[in-house]
Amino acid sequence: MQKVETTPARRKAGSASVPWPHRHILDLDTFAPQEISLVLDLATSMKEVLGREVKKLPSLRGKTVITCFYEPSTRTRISFETAGKLLSADVINMQATGSSVEKGESLVDTLLTLQATACDVLVLRHPHAGAPYLAARWLGRTSVINAGDGTHAHPTQALLDLFTLREHLGTLEGRTIVIVGDIAHSRVARSNLWGMTKMGMRVVLCAPPTLLPWDLLKGRRETPGHPFASVEVETDLDKALEGADAVMALRLQKERMEAGLIPSLREYIALYQVNERRLLRARPGALVLHPGPMNEGVEISPAVAHGSQSVIQEQVTNGVAVRMALLYLLCMPAGGRP
Amino acid sequence: MRPLLVRGGRVVDPSQGVDATAHVLIREGRVEAVGPSLAPPDEALVLDATGLVVCPGFVDLHTHLREPGEEEKETIATGALAAVKGGFTTVCAMPNTQPPIDTPALVEAVRRRGEAVGLARVLPLGCISKGRQGRELAELADLAQAGVVGFSDDGAPVANAFLMRTALHYSTLIGLPIINHLEEPALARGVAHEGWVASRLGLPGVPPQAEESMASRDIALCALTGGRLHLAHISTAGTVEVVRRAKERGLPVTAEATPHHLCLTDAWLLGEHGEGSPFAPLSARAYDTACKVNPPLRSAEHRDALQQALREGVIDAIATDHAPHTAVDKMGTFAEAAFGISGLETAFALCYTALVVQGGLPFRRLVEALTIGPARVLGERGKGLGSLRPGAWGDLVLLNLAERWTVDPDRFASKGKNTPLAGVTLQGRVVGTVVGGRVVYDARTAAPAGGGSL
Ligand SMILES: [Zn+2]
Repeated sequence: MQKVETTPARRKAGSASVPWPHRHILDLDTFAPQEISLVLDLATSMKEVLGREVKKLPSLRGKTVITCFYEPSTRTRISFETAGKLLSADVINMQATGSSVEKGESLVDTLLTLQATACDVLVLRHPHAGAPYLAARWLGRTSVINAGDGTHAHPTQALLDLFTLREHLGTLEGRTIVIVGDIAHSRVARSNLWGMTKMGMRVVLCAPPTLLPWDLLKGRRETPGHPFASVEVETDLDKALEGADAVMALRLQKERMEAGLIPSLREYIALYQVNERRLLRARPGALVLHPGPMNEGVEISPAVAHGSQSVIQEQVTNGVAVRMALLYLLCMPAGGRP
Repeated sequence: MRPLLVRGGRVVDPSQGVDATAHVLIREGRVEAVGPSLAPPDEALVLDATGLVVCPGFVDLHTHLREPGEEEKETIATGALAAVKGGFTTVCAMPNTQPPIDTPALVEAVRRRGEAVGLARVLPLGCISKGRQGRELAELADLAQAGVVGFSDDGAPVANAFLMRTALHYSTLIGLPIINHLEEPALARGVAHEGWVASRLGLPGVPPQAEESMASRDIALCALTGGRLHLAHISTAGTVEVVRRAKERGLPVTAEATPHHLCLTDAWLLGEHGEGSPFAPLSARAYDTACKVNPPLRSAEHRDALQQALREGVIDAIATDHAPHTAVDKMGTFAEAAFGISGLETAFALCYTALVVQGGLPFRRLVEALTIGPARVLGERGKGLGSLRPGAWGDLVLLNLAERWTVDPDRFASKGKNTPLAGVTLQGRVVGTVVGGRVVYDARTAAPAGGGSL
């Protein structure tokens, strides 16, 4: 597949004047389009570093990054740890599993402990929506990065998706992406909705009605100022894919079936699996994304997952670059950009 | 006890259609007279109420006092003090304590404790089912004998339709209301009103239909059995509609709504006191657990329907659903935080500000919903409450309608500091409370008074 050549130097020049107002990365709703572009530009430079023989930058020497995961996610945790280490930060991994997590006050207790250690960045993954907001309220100096909170948001994943799309499509504005699957319960899809609409993408959501976030979309055309006014909904995947530049399949959690939101896996596969036959409806060479981990053979066919249009492995690499960019932006005082 | 003359206030008593400057004379714990020119008996204690409004003491049908079992959240003493500070001279104590109030001995214990505290009248409610388990009917007649004023498994709904049918049917023997917490469990697996805000925050939602469907079921069972049905803390436009139709059919159905459901919306979860633009980026104040309550704060259309229903009398009573919790109970994430708002001390001012000053509700209607409205729900057992008719209990409240004050939960008498209104400025203040002819709260001393001046 062809990548559109970008010129990092020009981009950097273009965005160097964008002020960086964020102390925390909680979700993309607070991001202006230029700020998203700034992150993607910086991530482009970081990705160059990843290709070098000596990959380490000294930028975050003396800074401490704590990753605190109340939910297992090797992929995201490793990605943040790698990003922090490549920038020479001290990365501490706090294992927050087991029975102490069950108690309501445990998160606040942990936050108070963190407060005392004077860490610079807290990367928090939590099964409850809003946990990073609680952290942001409690922590005085520490920047909080939301690494996924319940069914609310996963902004760094959305940024790496945008990065991957921009890298291949050259520009995001006017491009069409189909997000298919359990959108209602997907924090990745939710953060992407904010990010993609802000960047002017045409977003088509495709899912059975029980897995669509209707309340997020209700009244989007009639309500003035609705952030998702342009979002389209299509329950027929064949139709949704017509002419798309990219398709993102979402993981189907087994719980959704157990909760009775879909009648069977067999029926879901028949209606919503991204497979080779369906992909033919999209624009030739359309990109295939998946936030992982995949259920191959369920939401995505193995042939598509590993096919020539898949950028799923690249998303992982890009995740490191994007997280490097974010750690850098949060830790470096304004003006000290590379 | 010395007689009490409350002099020169604007007496507003909807039970007898009074709204005029008058004196109120209380003797032997009962109202003796209300009139423009009452001479104080020689030994009478005189309270000057000039410039104040004098109303019958407020009656709260729905108060969680947490004793026995959860005294760290509230005790009957702290709850009763919070009540009189809020103008409530009578509180109906919800029986979802630990253990739940399902035997005459426990009813007796709560009643005695309330009497010993000697502030608000504490009227116990009894459980509908044994152990509040929702399986077998509690001994309703025995509980009635012991003095309960109604029955409720509140905290949880009576999910089993057959049990609800039986409770309503059996209670016709006694004539006390069955008070149901309306929530169809299979639909109510969330922590916030199902809508834009919950979806935005990624919180599981509770659709209004979870309440409306159970209200419909209960009304059908009420029609079947003839039992008296009282619907607790209704929160949706759909429930208002089914209650309206039930009343039109003449069924013995009454309903209450809380100050927070009448005045606030789910937009308060966003942490900006309901004032942020709905589409604005979330700030770190979002996920305000002080706003987590069951049923959830609903959207503006539901709040508006409740206000309309209150105006029209479809809603009979304002009840606080005072649900005190410790700071730790509210400290975690939104999903973990306990449900409930500490409501006794802000109820009047919130309703006065939002409903009367800003919403144009006639003041008289607000007073009615806090006094004779709830008293009527209690039927025989509410007799003498919520009124200043001669012979009624000598319970009254003095209000300064002009005073503006800022809610500071640290100054609550309740142990529950959990309120979304912290820092909000309200208008209308309870400045004095009299129970049975005795001054039990005086804002000038900010403490229960033994019968001093105002
Ligand atoms: Zn309840």
